[in-house]
Amino acid sequence: MSTNVDIQNNIEKDYTTLNLGPTHPATHGIFQNILTMDGEIIVKAVPTIGYIHRAFEKLAEHRPYNQITPITDRLNYCSSPINNMGWHMTVEKLINCEVPKRAEYLRVIIMELARIADHIVCDTVIAVDTGAMTGFLYLFQAREKIYEIYEAICGARLTTNIGRIGGMERDFPEIAWKRIQAFIDEFPAMLTEFDKLVTRNRIFMDRTVNCGPISAERALEYGFTGPNLRAAGVDYDVRVMNPYSSYQDFDFKIPVGTQGDTFDRYMVRMQEMWESLSIIKQAMEKMPKGEFHADVPEFYLPEKQDVYSKMEALIYHFKIVMGETEVPKGEVYHAVEGGNGELGFYLISDGGRTPFRLHFRRPCYIYYQAYSEMIEGGMLSDAILTMSSMNVIAGELDA
Amino acid sequence: MTDSMLIYKIILCVIVFAVSLGAAAYMTWGERKLAAWLQDRVGPNRAGPLGLLQPIADGIKMIFKEEMIPTHSNRWLFILGPCFFMLCACMTGVVIPWGAGWEAGGTIFPMQVTDINIGLLYLLGVVSIGVYGVMIGGWASNNKYSLLGALRASSQMISYEVAMGLALIALVMMTGTLSLKEIVGQQDQGLAFVVYQPLGFIIFIICAFAETNRAPFDLPECESELVGGYHTEYSSMKLGFFLFAEYINMFISSAIMASLYFGGYNFPFQHELGLDGNVLTIVQTAVFFGKIFIFIFVFMWVRWTLPRFRYDQLMNLGWKVLLPLAIANIIITGFVMLFMGKLG
Repeated sequence: MSTNVDIQNNIEKDYTTLNLGPTHPATHGIFQNILTMDGEIIVKAVPTIGYIHRAFEKLAEHRPYNQITPITDRLNYCSSPINNMGWHMTVEKLINCEVPKRAEYLRVIIMELARIADHIVCDTVIAVDTGAMTGFLYLFQAREKIYEIYEAICGARLTTNIGRIGGMERDFPEIAWKRIQAFIDEFPAMLTEFDKLVTRNRIFMDRTVNCGPISAERALEYGFTGPNLRAAGVDYDVRVMNPYSSYQDFDFKIPVGTQGDTFDRYMVRMQEMWESLSIIKQAMEKMPKGEFHADVPEFYLPEKQDVYSKMEALIYHFKIVMGETEVPKGEVYHAVEGGNGELGFYLISDGGRTPFRLHFRRPCYIYYQAYSEMIEGGMLSDAILTMSSMNVIAGELDA
Repeated sequence: MTDSMLIYKIILCVIVFAVSLGAAAYMTWGERKLAAWLQDRVGPNRAGPLGLLQPIADGIKMIFKEEMIPTHSNRWLFILGPCFFMLCACMTGVVIPWGAGWEAGGTIFPMQVTDINIGLLYLLGVVSIGVYGVMIGGWASNNKYSLLGALRASSQMISYEVAMGLALIALVMMTGTLSLKEIVGQQDQGLAFVVYQPLGFIIFIICAFAETNRAPFDLPECESELVGGYHTEYSSMKLGFFLFAEYINMFISSAIMASLYFGGYNFPFQHELGLDGNVLTIVQTAVFFGKIFIFIFVFMWVRWTLPRFRYDQLMNLGWKVLLPLAIANIIITGFVMLFMGKLG
């Protein structure tokens, strides 16, 4: 118990200090918030970060470029493929590598699937935190289907390590195409079911409308991006503002909200899932023929057959596996629209086998700075919902 | 009271107690199966056929788990909390008429442990003191989450009791009695009271959800905010008591709703079937349990469908919506009785 003086009313009040976290069932990841509570109302919140800091940026300084991909998996693990692709594109930008159209379209498909998976996690967890467990399990069946697609493409599910510098590691197999088609056919009904169960529910709306709002000005000042900024009413999307991987070829809308509250964040993500689905459909229709990777032998592993029969292939294979590839000097920044905002890679190379410096611009890190401002004055229940609706993921926050 | 009656009552006490406990145990199984069904899952299916031995396995697990009493807690009150909650949950079953009565050797053995003339008042009283168990338990844990849960529980239960009591007053005005046996008896012929008191029934069922701490009113133990709510610090069978008492409360609430508003053990055209007294009693008891299970199903169905309220919204609903509606219901009932004469 600590005693504070309420300045406005000039009365002494007893506040309670509540330690929310680092391990608490509602904090999705490891966060600590020291809350000063007046009953159920939060007077002051002090967040602490760093509980799962794994020094990724430092690790990256000691790893060859192709070995940094698995690190990016572990940033926002709800949408690993987007992180992987973002990293590959950054290196491609540095080495000036032109990726074939087909590889870009394949990447778009996998990135949009990842976006749907990420938004499924976020939206259903909002529902779980309001107490509606059933919708969560309904949509997680759809997420499982996405994970099966990943499995068909790269063999992994959560930490995908998908794609390579210069393209994809292999073309999509037949089974992957079948699963994607099945997903496109089944997903609308599943999403509609969840939508009907949760969105317009009176209790759900009472809980989420005006819960943890942030104005567009404040959001921009903090550096918000992605769905959280769009919910506040700013139509900023990296896919449109600064198109990468042929996003300019596709026709899609950017949903925006007005209030920047939990309900708007939820709705923006719901709408984005529909848009992502439409992008996947367009990519499948327009899928060009051709190679699935660029001709960058110093980065792209050669065929096993060639390694045994060709001298150059053997040399490149050895250099890539041993991590001895030389890269040009340079400084690049590349950003992708990640699952929950602009995920940027700021890379400085001094010409060695590893980056001189690599910085991840992690959207969660930026959102979490605004967290205490957003929850102060609200109730404990609002704080929990605000956290889940911002989709703050500890792995990305602490990196 | 004759000796045979005394022995009969003791046996009935034991049966009611056992049935309450057994029903509560199997409701945990039912809830898990139902939740699984609603959520496209399988549910418990390992212990015995269809997982039917699961409640027994759970009970054994609870009893044999290590008992943890936090050193910073008030040991005495910490133990008293769950015991008190369980006791109150078991006390309510005695006034419920489970059937019309047995006839043997010229004597009628009623299927009700005791027919006190203030049965409804007794029910409300026992339910009100039940909240002390939660309050004592949450406070004695000396944990902030437990305290918040206990505060939520006590304010919620007290607020909703007001509306619940007022909803019942309209029913009492209509029937002119507080005895549950007579209220059920009056529904022997004619329509069930839900037809005359639809608003009262809706208020009562909402309050029953709040009184039993079930979703959408499960704020005292909502895991996403308060870890475990008032039972955060509890373990082993003391935790089991809290969880178990919740199911007993749900069972009893369903029985009360069935008795007061849905005719209790009566069912349509029961006298036209030409059944003998004792056979009819068996059928009536079965029908009564059928009604109870329908209500229990509603309790569970709601839990796995709806999100939960926020604390202030819950208070608003209780004081600003349900209470005025309950008072309006009393006034409407009064006017109807005044102008149309007493019902029935």
